[in-house]
Amino acid sequence: MQFVQNFPFITIILSLFSGPLCSILDGKKAKKINLAVISIIGGMSCAVLAFVIRTGEAYVYRMGHFSAPWGNEIRVGVLEAAMAVFFCVIMLLCMVGGVLEREKELEESKANLYYVMVNLLLCSLLALIYTNDLFTAYVFVEINTISACGLIMIKQNGRTLEAATRYMIMSLLGSGCLLLGICFLYDLTGHLLMSNIQEQVQILHQTGQYAMPLLVALGLMSVGLAIKSALFPFHSWLPDAYGYSTVSSAAILSSLVSKGYIFLLVKIFYRVIGFDIVRDSKVINVLFVFGIAGMIMGSVRAIQENNIRRMIAYSSVAQIGYIYMGFGLGTTAGVIASIYHIVCHAATKSLLFVAASGITDASGESTDFFELTGAGYRNKVAGIAFSVGSLSMVGVPMFSGFISKLLFAQAGMASVHKMLPTLIALAISTILNAVYFMKTVIRLYTPVSRSVIEKKGYRTITVNDQKAKSAALICFIILNLILGLCSEPIIGLIQSGLGMFA
Amino acid sequence: MNIANLFNNYEEAIAMILFGIGFSNLLLQKNLIKKIIGLNIMDTATYLFLALKGYIDGRKAPIVVNGVQSVEAYINPIPSGLVLTGIVVSVSVTALMLSLTIRLYRRYHTLDLDEISTKLKKEGL
Repeated sequence: MQFVQNFPFITIILSLFSGPLCSILDGKKAKKINLAVISIIGGMSCAVLAFVIRTGEAYVYRMGHFSAPWGNEIRVGVLEAAMAVFFCVIMLLCMVGGVLEREKELEESKANLYYVMVNLLLCSLLALIYTNDLFTAYVFVEINTISACGLIMIKQNGRTLEAATRYMIMSLLGSGCLLLGICFLYDLTGHLLMSNIQEQVQILHQTGQYAMPLLVALGLMSVGLAIKSALFPFHSWLPDAYGYSTVSSAAILSSLVSKGYIFLLVKIFYRVIGFDIVRDSKVINVLFVFGIAGMIMGSVRAIQENNIRRMIAYSSVAQIGYIYMGFGLGTTAGVIASIYHIVCHAATKSLLFVAASGITDASGESTDFFELTGAGYRNKVAGIAFSVGSLSMVGVPMFSGFISKLLFAQAGMASVHKMLPTLIALAISTILNAVYFMKTVIRLYTPVSRSVIEKKGYRTITVNDQKAKSAALICFIILNLILGLCSEPIIGLIQSGLGMFA
Repeated sequence: MNIANLFNNYEEAIAMILFGIGFSNLLLQKNLIKKIIGLNIMDTATYLFLALKGYIDGRKAPIVVNGVQSVEAYINPIPSGLVLTGIVVSVSVTALMLSLTIRLYRRYHTLDLDEISTKLKKEGL
């Protein structure tokens, strides 16, 4: 056993303990520790990724002194390690990009608590990525929910409190379903480790025993995680939570928290139940229908919205719909497209949130759509970044969104029954995306006369005014271009990672 | 489907009914305190289900007393462990929900979530 194999465990423990540590420090030190922890974990995850790519196979890491089927395990493959690296990068950029807002919006005495939450969130995300034990996954899902709720409500006003309450209620409904599903599975198979459950489920499937309870368990877990990741009919909490919390929170929530749950769902599909059984069940058709509904309805609501933050939030609903549509296709190509879209959406949506905050800074702190006219000239970096994000979400070649749309379309073509709905939904959703994103970009670059700017007191923001945010935005743009231009190795990585899941 | 099964396994059926009651309360009640009560009913129903699954007729709780170490003497301890973990989780979630409720009540002097929403719209924040 090589030393690098300990790294996944060390990263989880490091983020877990740095959380309580931040609670006794003041805000500034906590911020430094937080940034250091995220960077160190990112570096360690890179080492793990290099290791698993070199060995070419996943390994299981035993936690404690009991081996399977009794003990607890961590399992590391290419996909898990790659996700960990990617989540660290996004989280670091979100934290750097929102540093000014946090100083402004958080109370001085409570600033350190924010970093407690972020560290715990990172810990739970890593645990969700790596764990091989379903009940551990449930516990970390709850930790994820609690810390995400903290991230929403730390900016104290009525809106965020209400949003946090609504978020908690929907999340708790979701975790109730998830827990019941896990209990059913434990009852049917007698195991909690994913690989052991899969063996038993395969036997049950072959003998045809307990077909109904198995379906119920799968349905409960899918619905539970769909509620938590804000699939279309369950998205009511999302616009408020993303629209009014501080910008780092909104970016982290939209790009990482919901993706952690979706990644867990992929693991459940592939490692717990087995993708063949999932495909034979009707559950994926339900996900497909709601995914398509979300793609359209999310975009329609985004068009109606006059608040730029809420508009981006509704766009998230649409993008989550894309991801579930990919699962609903029931092919490996569809799942690869979905995972690529998880990556693409995480990179783009956090870019959009940070860019939107830069734009509103140049428009008298107003998120109202009509105040943003000409903001692209007043804050050049944010304007360019927002345009890049918009083009990517619409699916213009060169940017990451294009690749994921292409993958979805290719996966859809391979499916006999679902080809037409997939392609039609993709086309409609692309047009709707273009309507609201291009509308915003055009408004950003509509010149306004000097007198209006002076009357409203808009300020011009240069790179030097907001160094951290501009740097984060430039990194985001580069990340987006990398995802858009060199997608082949990333898709190859996802493919080999999914292969290791089986 | 055999209806008699429902009566033979009436404990599980009760657990599921309780889960349904809790779930719908958490989803549909307007009053925040009632929502939290619904949450607790839902979680407790799951623990009841888990505990039932670990119970074996005529055996004792898995605590070694009087030096009896035979596996035959005790029930399955894993569901009990899961229930304990679950209780910890549900306690912390309940505490968080209650603290949110207190905050909202101090600000808006009501426990009705819809009323809070209308008040928020009036504030126009």
